[in-house]
Amino acid sequence: MWDHFHHEADIGVLGRGSSREAAFEEAAVALTAVITELDTVRCRESVTIDCEAPDLELLFVDWLNALVYEIATRRMLFRRFSVGLDGTRLHATACGEPIEVARHQPAAEVKGATYTELEVCEDQPGEWRAQCVVDV
Amino acid sequence: MDTSTLTRISDYEWRIEPQGDMNVPGIIFASQALVEAMDEKVREQVTNVAALPGIVAASYAMPDAHWGYGFPIGGVAAFDADQGGVVSAGGVGFDISCGVRTLLTGLQRTDIEPVKTRLADALFHSIPVGLGSTGNIHLDDKGMTAMLSGGASWAVKRGWGYREDLERVEEQGCMTGAQPEQVSLHARKRQRNEMGTLGSGNHYLEVQEVSDIYDPDTATTFGLTRGDIVISIHCGSRGLGHQIGTEFLKSMAISAHHYGIRLPDRELANAPIDSDTGQTYLGAMRAAINCALANRQIITHLTRGVFERILPEAKLALLYDVSHNTCKVEEYVIDGRPRRLYVHRKGATRAFGPGHPDLPEVFRETGQPVLIGGSMGTASHILAGNREGGALAFSSACHGAGRAMSRRKAYKLWKGRQVTDNLHEQGIIIRSPSSRGVAEEAPGAYKDVNAVVDAAHAAGLARKVAKLKPVVCIKG
Repeated sequence: MWDHFHHEADIGVLGRGSSREAAFEEAAVALTAVITELDTVRCRESVTIDCEAPDLELLFVDWLNALVYEIATRRMLFRRFSVGLDGTRLHATACGEPIEVARHQPAAEVKGATYTELEVCEDQPGEWRAQCVVDV
Repeated sequence: MDTSTLTRISDYEWRIEPQGDMNVPGIIFASQALVEAMDEKVREQVTNVAALPGIVAASYAMPDAHWGYGFPIGGVAAFDADQGGVVSAGGVGFDISCGVRTLLTGLQRTDIEPVKTRLADALFHSIPVGLGSTGNIHLDDKGMTAMLSGGASWAVKRGWGYREDLERVEEQGCMTGAQPEQVSLHARKRQRNEMGTLGSGNHYLEVQEVSDIYDPDTATTFGLTRGDIVISIHCGSRGLGHQIGTEFLKSMAISAHHYGIRLPDRELANAPIDSDTGQTYLGAMRAAINCALANRQIITHLTRGVFERILPEAKLALLYDVSHNTCKVEEYVIDGRPRRLYVHRKGATRAFGPGHPDLPEVFRETGQPVLIGGSMGTASHILAGNREGGALAFSSACHGAGRAMSRRKAYKLWKGRQVTDNLHEQGIIIRSPSSRGVAEEAPGAYKDVNAVVDAAHAAGLARKVAKLKPVVCIKG
């Protein structure tokens, strides 16, 4: 399950799931939802992403920033994600399609994920939440 | 923010007394109403910045201060390297050297009105805007390095502007100390398709009418008369700058421990100016400044091309180009001693006053133009830097009003079509690739920039010269 939360200048993305991986995946969906209506994005091509960071929270920000980079350089939007975490290493696939401005009407461009309101926690056993503010 | 916990220095200056880890006081320049409307997060961030090593004089907040990333947006802080001062990627931001440039046209409203729609369409067609758009200039590695070294000066040499433009850009269009070799492959790759693009969100190109003149003498020097048409471009260093901000935020957050720096907020990640990380960041950040200056120069060239076709009698001359997300080395006299300081302005505009040696001759008597962008469909303002002796907050001023509501709330309240139609009824033409983007940027989603500018004027940060109202707005 994903959501957005309030930040005065920009917007927060939040993912919840039964595992850290699921929370990361849902937050990525929230990232796409900042840009466009989710149901306009089809799964046509896949991209793999690898990152590594000293702790889980920095890894979460790296994950979102890796997506931001792929969106910008491939000019794609992504809809479905499959994340694998091994300590503080992440390996993921993201599937989506090239941006079609007329159909996707991107509302904003995410510049980067920030450390503001950054949290990756297990709120209850089996209920993980990953969130941060993104600069648009 | 609760003003009863602040020391009221004057109607427009409020002090957060040093306590805890603060090395200097916090100073907020704003009316009481603006301060009361500020989030408590602003206090927290001003206070956190005040605790950074080597900070000089105070941690400042401008009248438009709001919750940012480590630094408040509308934050100013200067550091002395000789006192262990730091440089912070969060104190500059993800959009390094985002800024505004304003062009004079020599046209009046009556010249624009008959061709307004054609002009809007032509600008929208010619200037790449929004996520998914592509610039028409694709630089190879050598070209990228030249651009990162040369900035707007590089762009003019390539034929995208005139030599006289450069005098009207901060740093004469080229930031010294840029180190393209510190700019990563990722950042270069992200910029490859983005040269000469406007970006998205609150970036725009606006054709505007001078609606009010407040300081006739300065307006004359600036070339402004009531009824004149000007053009303002608001954008920054695009993907390259964002990538540099992202990378150094991470490296500074990780290296802070190594340098013995405690971070109350990871977003305030910083490094000693005289460290490898600090110097590398400065080199990359200066290269990103050049990228922003080059970008606005190219967009100027594209805009001139459009006007040549539609209004060939126009002469688009650059008034000035200012940046509001930078860290620059500047000299100030503090307690009788000249000091070389690293001045961070995060969502704050430099406002050099009369007599400043770095200003072009034309602005030596008036002080520099300070260009304050409004949001889509609202007024923008041109101010001037004030008396050098009264240079407050290291000659800084505000940069625009912040958001009054979240994007989600704005999108719930308004539909893009409705916003476009309402503005059209007021004589303003909007062009954007995204209906939702227009809704999120609706005028009502932003705070009142007039109140911010009035406070900046009353506080003495800069003085009002002219007000601009939008006629055509191209946004991403």
